[in-house]
Amino acid sequence: MRINCPICGDRDRREFYYLGASDYLNRPAEGDLDAIHKYLHIRENPAGVTKDLWHHEAGCSSWLVVERNVTTHEILGVELASEVAK
Amino acid sequence: MIDLIAKSAAEGLLPVTIGTMTLTELPLREMHSIAPFKGAEVSAALKKATGVGLPDTGRAIAKVDVEILWTARGQYVLIGATPPKLPAAITDQSDAWCSVVLSGEGAPQVMARVCPLDLGRMGEGDVARSFVGHMTAIIIKRAEGFEIMVFRAFAKTLVHELREVMVSVTAQATLPD
Repeated sequence: MRINCPICGDRDRREFYYLGASDYLNRPAEGDLDAIHKYLHIRENPAGVTKDLWHHEAGCSSWLVVERNVTTHEILGVELASEVAK
Repeated sequence: MIDLIAKSAAEGLLPVTIGTMTLTELPLREMHSIAPFKGAEVSAALKKATGVGLPDTGRAIAKVDVEILWTARGQYVLIGATPPKLPAAITDQSDAWCSVVLSGEGAPQVMARVCPLDLGRMGEGDVARSFVGHMTAIIIKRAEGFEIMVFRAFAKTLVHELREVMVSVTAQATLPD
């Protein structure tokens, strides 16, 4: 598996660290307990396309949002998390 | 008065020559990492003081004895000069790294076994962060081969890993077809 880092280019999977669903970018407002519960614990688990956060740990240190099909391992898109979270 | 003896990171381990390849250590030099603050203009002031500005992503700029490397997103390493006061986080990293050069005909083959980079795409002065074996490293393409920088504590492991591969590549090259 290879991930096309927007900064470094096409790189081997072992350079990256996986964090979890890109939902982590949408932190709810403080005090909204129900939203915080969902943010922390409720996840979709589709057999298909997912959006996840990956860290280019051994490369440029960027956090990336990687769109990936978990059944085919196809990578559909890579964006900088800083751009997505704007 | 105690007289301290300066020791390089790979002291006593290098240089080694195996087959067509040579691994040598580069002398220790002054080194600072520079991480510009968000939106801060750093390049012009740095260039005025040291002769080199900030390089593009994945590149190095060298002028006389001073060199600057891109080493990560928003991070650069200045070698051979003291940075001026800048709107940036600056850390002295002199003595914190071990720098070696792998040269010779078989060097690309050796690198291909320890590093996941597509090294054929790298031109002289290109810089990349990646792995060498299990160590994170800075890899710079030089005219004579590859410069590899790892944290100083990894010096012995780096030499060991590269040496093993140099022996293996040389042995396989001498086998009859």
